Amino acid sequence: MSGAIRAEGLGKLYRIGRLESRYDTLRDALAGWGRRLVERRKGSGGEDTLWALRDVSFEIGRGEAVGLIGGNGAGKSTLLKILSRITEPTTGEARIEGRVGSLLEVGTGFHSELSGRENVYLAGAILGMKRAEITRKLDEIVAFAEVERFLDTPVKRYSSGMYLRLAFAVAAHLEPEILLVDEVLAVGDAAFQKKCLGKMGDVARQGRTVLFVSHNMVAIEGLCQRVLWLRDGRVAEDGPAGRVVSEYLKTSSAPAPERLWCDRDTAPGNEKVRLRSARVRPASGSPGDPVTVRTPLVFEFEYWNLQPGARLNLSLHLYNEQGVLVFNAGPLDPPPSFPAGLFRDVCQVPGDFLNDGVHSVELMVVQDLGKVLFRIADLLVFDVRDTVEMRGEWYGKWPGAVRPLLPWSTEAVEVPVEEPA
Amino acid sequence: MPARSGVSASALPVTILRPSRGWVSLGLGELWEYRELLYFLVWRDVKVRYKQTALGAVWAVLQPVATMVVFSLFFGRLAGVPSDGVPYPVFSLAGLVPWTFFSQGLVQSANSLVGSQNLLTKVYFPRLAIPTATVLSGVVDFALSFLVLMGIMLFYGIVPTARILWLGPLLMLAFATALGVGLWLSALHVKYRDVRYVVPFLAQLWLFATPIAYPSSLLREPWRALYGLNPMAGVVEGFRWALLGTDTAPGPLLAASAATSLVLLISGAFYFRRMERTFADFV
Repeated sequence: MSGAIRAEGLGKLYRIGRLESRYDTLRDALAGWGRRLVERRKGSGGEDTLWALRDVSFEIGRGEAVGLIGGNGAGKSTLLKILSRITEPTTGEARIEGRVGSLLEVGTGFHSELSGRENVYLAGAILGMKRAEITRKLDEIVAFAEVERFLDTPVKRYSSGMYLRLAFAVAAHLEPEILLVDEVLAVGDAAFQKKCLGKMGDVARQGRTVLFVSHNMVAIEGLCQRVLWLRDGRVAEDGPAGRVVSEYLKTSSAPAPERLWCDRDTAPGNEKVRLRSARVRPASGSPGDPVTVRTPLVFEFEYWNLQPGARLNLSLHLYNEQGVLVFNAGPLDPPPSFPAGLFRDVCQVPGDFLNDGVHSVELMVVQDLGKVLFRIADLLVFDVRDTVEMRGEWYGKWPGAVRPLLPWSTEAVEVPVEEPA
Repeated sequence: MPARSGVSASALPVTILRPSRGWVSLGLGELWEYRELLYFLVWRDVKVRYKQTALGAVWAVLQPVATMVVFSLFFGRLAGVPSDGVPYPVFSLAGLVPWTFFSQGLVQSANSLVGSQNLLTKVYFPRLAIPTATVLSGVVDFALSFLVLMGIMLFYGIVPTARILWLGPLLMLAFATALGVGLWLSALHVKYRDVRYVVPFLAQLWLFATPIAYPSSLLREPWRALYGLNPMAGVVEGFRWALLGTDTAPGPLLAASAATSLVLLISGAFYFRRMERTFADFV
């Protein structure tokens, strides 16, 4: 396997100090020169700089599809910008064999006043296609984007979905040997994402070299055999997709699957009721163990009742990342009279029910079925991870607040019998 | 599909990316490879300009013609400025038509990089294509206002001679000057945002420093040739000589203009290329 991309010690230094602020004026520049003269004499080289990328080395073989992951500001986009020649490295060197097509944004070069057809030519030329090549692929591009009827309409009149599809279609029909793709799939609806991911899969299968940035770990694992993980501008891990993605996920979220208060007087609550502990765990594990959409879960809450004879019940509210209430649960029976003391409530959630993403728990303590004694938001925070199982060919984000696995059957009701030939 | 891109390993182009320092080559070969992009950028500018404005083509003509009317009234009639024996309206319009091409090209190319921020930060192509396309797209406006100039000449009974062929090189001189200054200013503009305010002022000063409202024949040699250090003086006087047959053949003046213009263009291109590596980081 010969190398398509070989990077050695790549680094990118950004100046964020006052001397090189982003929007200089001539006056500031003159003042800056003066200041620099003075400071040089003083010997203070203290300029605010930031290594967005530091000593990054890797090699990607021809035909490899490699995922690039990392938190925000880890240097993923900077690396793609260097490899696509938008910006120069500050240190190091990269050797690239083959033509590079980069797709860092959907719609680069589009002009809203121009028609769909005109934009295909314009954007195609900007992305590096020859006119003849665009003409040859026009029908294919238009069919992919499903905008045949609006080809001569200015794109400013397109729906955002049509616009995105057309813009992606142009870029997707580039035929470079090396394709660099930034998080372009974060936009658009589920159908669009499905289409894009399908096309990306085709590109990867055609034997082109693909470097693919995404926050969507399922897409990464589905499309890439290998993953590069960047952290603070350096390569943290480089290896098989499954292993690197799990390593990355272990460190990426800030979950709080368990809370415990030993001192009753300072625990959350009031003079009527106080919490002792709260936890969420896999039914057959302990808090902090990985949870996927398939894992059955157990919530446990312990609390002190300080009012003898009170009729209490807990009310669990589970929210997803979007702040949508996924469900509200509580005891099924009407609450009995509680003596004073320590109590524990346990709630079981089946597997194949929650969708993936970060979830948070809000807990309420209710008296006499109507009076909220106290409530606490974000009591527990935990991440439900996606899996590649049970989803067919679809790698995109699974829509919906929950993701139940429901019995589903298909049967033939009437099939015309063909005459034997 | 893989077969199509299945070029043998040795045929694949190899690119080495590393930090560059100091002055770099102009990369004109690469610019030539991207000539289709240049064409599409020009085409886009022209198309959008004529689609977006209600008056469309009229704008291209209105500006030089309205200025001609004002100049004719104040300089021609009231101040009695000489016009080399040609009716003053034709005299001034023959200067205003190439001038408008130049000043539009200058102003728009100076803003072109900052206006193309989304392209600069998202896709690679030779950056020289942006200001070059901007200046080139002014040729369409020029052609329209040139037709009006021809009409007014005929109205005054002035018929062009074979000298009209000189307009080609003269237009190229105006193009080279606009691009040369545009390269300097657009590269500076990425870093220094006050260039935006300097440019209209510069264009205005330059207008009065160019023999548009008055003839350069007011000056005597060698001062007239020295005046040619303003390349637009050469272009404007060249236009009048080629179209109107003013008998002041601007030889030395033109030579000085061509030399200055070339210096501006080459230095501008090298400065642009030197600054190019930081465009995406600053814009």
